[in-house]
Amino acid sequence: MIQDRVAGTVSPPGVLFAMLGVAALLTPFMTLAANRIVAGEGVMAWAVAAPALVAPGLLAVAAGLLLGVPAGKPWLRLFGSVLGLSGLLWLLMQGAPALLDGEGGYARVSPAIGFWLLLVILSLLLADTLTALAPGPWMRLGFLAVASAVLGVVLWSGALADLSVMQEFSSRRDAFLREALRHLGLAFGSLATATVIGFPLGILCHRRAGLRGAILPVLSFLQTIPSLAMFGLMIPILGWVGDAVPGAQDLGIAGIGFAPAFLALVLYSLLPVVGNTAAGLAAAPPAALEAARGMGMTPLQRLLRVELPLGLPIILTGLRIVLVQNIGLAVIAGLIGGGGFGTFVFQGLNQTATDLILLGALPTVALALAAAIVMDALVDLTRRTPKGTP
Amino acid sequence: MSIGWSLRPILALFLLVLVLRPEWFAPMLAPLAPEGGPVIYERASLLSLSLSHLALVAAASAAAVVVAVTLAILVTRPSGAAFRPVSRTVANMGQTFPPVAVLALAVPALGFGAGPTLVALFLYGLLPIFENAVTGLSNLPPATMEAARGIGLNRWQRLVRVELPLALPVILTGVRLSVVIAMGTATIGSTVAARTLGEVIIAGLLTNNTAYVVQGGLVVGLFAVLIYDAMVQLERRLAARVGL
Repeated sequence: MIQDRVAGTVSPPGVLFAMLGVAALLTPFMTLAANRIVAGEGVMAWAVAAPALVAPGLLAVAAGLLLGVPAGKPWLRLFGSVLGLSGLLWLLMQGAPALLDGEGGYARVSPAIGFWLLLVILSLLLADTLTALAPGPWMRLGFLAVASAVLGVVLWSGALADLSVMQEFSSRRDAFLREALRHLGLAFGSLATATVIGFPLGILCHRRAGLRGAILPVLSFLQTIPSLAMFGLMIPILGWVGDAVPGAQDLGIAGIGFAPAFLALVLYSLLPVVGNTAAGLAAAPPAALEAARGMGMTPLQRLLRVELPLGLPIILTGLRIVLVQNIGLAVIAGLIGGGGFGTFVFQGLNQTATDLILLGALPTVALALAAAIVMDALVDLTRRTPKGTP
Repeated sequence: MSIGWSLRPILALFLLVLVLRPEWFAPMLAPLAPEGGPVIYERASLLSLSLSHLALVAAASAAAVVVAVTLAILVTRPSGAAFRPVSRTVANMGQTFPPVAVLALAVPALGFGAGPTLVALFLYGLLPIFENAVTGLSNLPPATMEAARGIGLNRWQRLVRVELPLALPVILTGVRLSVVIAMGTATIGSTVAARTLGEVIIAGLLTNNTAYVVQGGLVVGLFAVLIYDAMVQLERRLAARVGL
């Protein structure tokens, strides 16, 4: 009986997160290294700065974890997770300059395992409360906008400028901007191209079952080919095109660089676009099609006014898959001279410079997450009848 | 979605020859190699690289299957239900993390070599298997479950004899997704010094030797396609057996 009463007031995931969070606080929170290559020495969360500066951050993290424990109070738990995340940020902002003080010009400070664990745990708490609140698409977009704005202001203000990853950024600000645009160009450009090619193909597949049986298996095999192999195999093909077709090289079509990366991404994108277009068009209920036919609509009118609007959520889901997948795969372009955030990831791996890896990997992850949230919201907004209503 | 009975043995034979007797292809690959440069990758045998690549994928996927299915069983029991929403959100959002980024982020924590690759493959592999296993275990036909209770099976017997066999085809689809991703991520693993077939491609990219790139790309691509095909066949057989 007592157990039941406790279970009703305490959220089991909240208890787990609190316990894991306390354990994570006992691991090194930041590292201090003599330069950007060597391994650093771990510093515990309470030792990163003077006690008076550290205390508010530690209190916020502890209070945040504690507020996550009660069940049935999603807004309180949401506040807790945000409070905890703010505490983490505070500790980084106080710790970085304090640790660097008097360590010489080459010293670097980075977040360590403790920070990353707490970040994951508090994000899990945030995810748990958001799932319980079940926000609608507009609210999710609002949360994303607020989170992006806060992150943007924090990075812009220079409050974290002492962190090693931000020093990597400031020493290659122009390159970062160029590769970011390259990355977006690869991801969105290949999505647009794949849509232009794949959408008509999807309509054809919907109309002719025979074509569907021939195209979809080929596309799904294309998608199983490992990305590095696919990018690599594009090199001789486009190299040949560049040599054989007059004027192709002037358009930038060559064996290495942007073109093979772009083509590989387009090939990967075709299956979700074609498959989901065909599936979306097939999702229109027979009664709706019958009614449209009864009203005397031509096949084109049926397609535009009935099948497309009803299939839009499924078609958009295909585009969501493509966008998230291509933002990730565009990293591989860095290996074949195609640019993008992968440039930093692989440079960092070559130089064993951890923070250069982060400079490439963190924006990629953030971009993929944001793209997923925005596309999921769009999919929900295009559903004519919300879930749960007949 | 199968390659068809005629193409499958041809591709398998092609792959076998490519791995065991790569020198037979030297005349065809020679135009792609730089002038006077090596045509066939000889720093390591393709066979040993293939075995190391497949072992890495198999080990990571096997561990991912055990952990992901166990977790899925736990969150679909009444006692674990509180963890279900958050675990689904994690599985959903976690899959938006690019596999390459997961691999790159594993390096600072674990250093170079097979270790970070194995961890990245394992962590990433968990998500599709978990997601499909939860779906499979929660969409069981109510009439069958009622019948299982009716004939007096206890909870453990219901799980092992009814729920898991019925959910198996859906779980296998998740395993297939995760193996395909693992094959690709393991290829990139050679950038963090894991011994995989990606080594051949990377060596080709670094020395501008397209012959290496094509060799490595063909071998790893054929392995991926044939393994995918085999798993699709297996799923079909099993689905036919449980009558879906």
